[in-house]
Amino acid sequence: MSLLTVNENGLFCRQGDFYIDPWKPVKTAIISHGHSDHMRFGMGNYICHHHTVPLLKLRLGSEQIVQGVSYGEVLDINGVQVSFHPAGHIIGSAQIRLSYNDEVWLFGGDYKIVPDGVSTPYVCVPCDHFITESTFGLPIYNFPDPAEVYADMNAWWRANASEGYNTVLLAYALGKAQNVLTHVDKTIGDIYLHGAVANINDALIDVGYSFAGRRISDGLRRHEVRGALIVAPPSALATPWLRTWTPYRIAMCSGWMQLRGARRRRGVDRGFVLSDHCDWQQLNQAIVQTKARNIYVTHGYEQAFSRWVREKHGLQAVVFKTLYSDQEEEEL
Amino acid sequence: MIDFVRMFEAIDTTTKTSAKVDAVLTYLTLAREEDKVWAIAILMGNKPKRPVKTADLRLWAAAAAGIPLWLLEESYYIVGDLAETLTHVMPPRKVTAIPVDLSLFQVFTDVSHMRLASPDEQQDIVLRYWQMLDSTALFVFNKFLTGNFRVGVSRKLVVRAVAKYTALDEATVEHRLMGKWNPFEESMESLFNPDLQSQKHFLPYPFYLAYPLEDDVDALGPIDEWILEPKLDGIRGQLVLRAGELFVWSRGEDLMTDKFVEFQPLKDILPPGTVIDGEIIPWKNGAPLDFAVMQTRIGRKNISKKALESAPLVMVCYDLLEWDGEDIRTKPLWERRGKLITLLADFPVSDVLKLSQQLAFDDWSAAAAYRREARRYLAEGIMLKRKDSHYEVGRKRGGWWKWKTDPMTIDAVLIYAQSGHGRRANLFTDYTFAVWDQGELVPFAKAYSGLTDKELLQIDRWIKQNTIEKFGPVRSVKPILVFELAFEGIQRSTRHKSGVALRFPRILRWRQDKPASEANTREDLEQFLVKAGSGNSTAR
Repeated sequence: MSLLTVNENGLFCRQGDFYIDPWKPVKTAIISHGHSDHMRFGMGNYICHHHTVPLLKLRLGSEQIVQGVSYGEVLDINGVQVSFHPAGHIIGSAQIRLSYNDEVWLFGGDYKIVPDGVSTPYVCVPCDHFITESTFGLPIYNFPDPAEVYADMNAWWRANASEGYNTVLLAYALGKAQNVLTHVDKTIGDIYLHGAVANINDALIDVGYSFAGRRISDGLRRHEVRGALIVAPPSALATPWLRTWTPYRIAMCSGWMQLRGARRRRGVDRGFVLSDHCDWQQLNQAIVQTKARNIYVTHGYEQAFSRWVREKHGLQAVVFKTLYSDQEEEEL
Repeated sequence: MIDFVRMFEAIDTTTKTSAKVDAVLTYLTLAREEDKVWAIAILMGNKPKRPVKTADLRLWAAAAAGIPLWLLEESYYIVGDLAETLTHVMPPRKVTAIPVDLSLFQVFTDVSHMRLASPDEQQDIVLRYWQMLDSTALFVFNKFLTGNFRVGVSRKLVVRAVAKYTALDEATVEHRLMGKWNPFEESMESLFNPDLQSQKHFLPYPFYLAYPLEDDVDALGPIDEWILEPKLDGIRGQLVLRAGELFVWSRGEDLMTDKFVEFQPLKDILPPGTVIDGEIIPWKNGAPLDFAVMQTRIGRKNISKKALESAPLVMVCYDLLEWDGEDIRTKPLWERRGKLITLLADFPVSDVLKLSQQLAFDDWSAAAAYRREARRYLAEGIMLKRKDSHYEVGRKRGGWWKWKTDPMTIDAVLIYAQSGHGRRANLFTDYTFAVWDQGELVPFAKAYSGLTDKELLQIDRWIKQNTIEKFGPVRSVKPILVFELAFEGIQRSTRHKSGVALRFPRILRWRQDKPASEANTREDLEQFLVKAGSGNSTAR
């Protein structure tokens, strides 16, 4: 009997009688990180990393029963040793390690190996059974060095500002927005935040984070804003809200921006290839380094990637059908 | 090469026409002389034929990337563009930088050399470039090797930039760039120096194209200021007679002289210095035949005697652009038409050249009645041309309008979906539709266009959640969604399962109000066939 299986509610540990990132209401939910496809409403009690707690309260309400844990801290749940390890995806994101009867299972959740300068960097956790995402699990996804991307981004903002244009960056409110705010050159101009981004930033103050940028308030005289940077979630695209920043140039920050079609479809001026997920090389690196013999591939290109893992790495690899979003972009 | 790549990047990162024109203009100002004609040719879609098999490119790329071929194919489905797929699968590596002096001319010399080379030699050349190039430069090079290079600039836009650069007017530039010219044989001088133009007696004039009429027809003023003609469904073409030779050009700027042999005798009958604009169409017993008959003629290299007999072509002439060696495009239409009538009467050409019929109506409502019933008159609608209109260059509003009859429509069920290409890559946007036939759904049409971006995204999500089976890039979906399809014509076909082939099928709207059970049936399609009168005429 496998320690972890998928049922209609989510990823289930029978021995421990708990779920990881369930999509239907259950008694005990271990939450890998604060994105809404992994952290859903209606669980009896939640267990997540300390830094995810304020995000959970912001999104699901303050009355939820939440237990915050630290990276490396070991919980014993009905004999299963459960611990959280940095996933490097967003603030508070964790890989969930389960150990029972000398067998180690690892749920990678969403993770990335390349440090983003904001979230606690990924740590490789050796295991026997590894459940990995495959959002960018095709060889066409090879992300550039983020330092180069931010250099490009700063140069672009500077050029826009010098021509009197505002710069609108579309980045998810939780994760990429904080990365962008950390790496942009604050000397270029003012930074304004869409409410969705500002809400996240405010929630993270409690756990010791602080980010640049001012919340856009009703009192702001928008026509006087020139050469500024505006950080907004992707859902702001094609809304009347954008028009108030005219004249502006707009860019999308996403791993999908690697593909020309995806960028052109959105009708943005620029696409910055920035992702909080592993690219092809990183996924392969993680799989090899965990030394796992059994790989379970979830959300993304699970068919192709599991076949590749079988053929290339000679490992047992199967598809785990989950309801986690493979769209990287989160709907808010 | 580097400056061309920079130009491509500039074009690709803006949606503004003026910025694109500037990018092309900047390139022309900076580029090497021998590269300029190449850049113009590529931007206008006048690229040399594909020099290597795409199957070989896939193999070489998979080997270079260290991935199996099936994974490259999977990736291609997602990217939706082969050149881009080949670019992205190359693992991050140290490339030898592009030599600054690598010219576009040199690249195309190598590319066209490949056409005649052995597969091994081809592979050597391709790998040498792949080693030298990365990111955008690699993508641009791969685009040179594969299909059409659509870079987001229209022909009009290139013409505008070239006009600025050469200080010629746009109509002149448009004219000089007609046809499929060979960049190896041209220079900026040979293309644009007016003294050398007389040697290009084969060139057609740029076609004047009509916009569809959107406003109320009454807004056009008195009907007697207009010449009205049946809009026929053939191939728009120009007959160019100069210096004892005849050239037949299609509206797609393909030279069709050898395919449309019926017109050959004209070169001994009509005086040189004559250019006629009209509709080339199969014609028998005084009436046009269905467009499907035309399709048996185009696309064939050798025209059999049988094809000549079953699909004889004529040109229904509606305009005269050059007479007696003089360009008369700026004379009013009534005057040009007058000369055309004289010409067709004076010379014994009536077997292959017909005068386009001028429709006489007392008022617009009589014209509207004809339009509604146009199919009965074997027309797709009415052309409206102002009597005093000039023959303009390209698509222009005002002087000419096309007023097509309403399309036929049918409600059909979505049963298969395939991801699109380019802007629609990785989105399920190419659909196969079915109608009911004795309780079963039979596929009868594919359609790609007609929905808004928002609807496409919505349907894409629905498809991903309602997939029954996946076959490579194609998915079968639960037969639930109903769409109203419009089409311009219908013929019997032995090649399609449903027994019919539609002309220009497209999606009119998503019938969210209709359950699949209420979609149309195959009998309904039969009714259209009977009405269209082609129930018994088989295409092949």
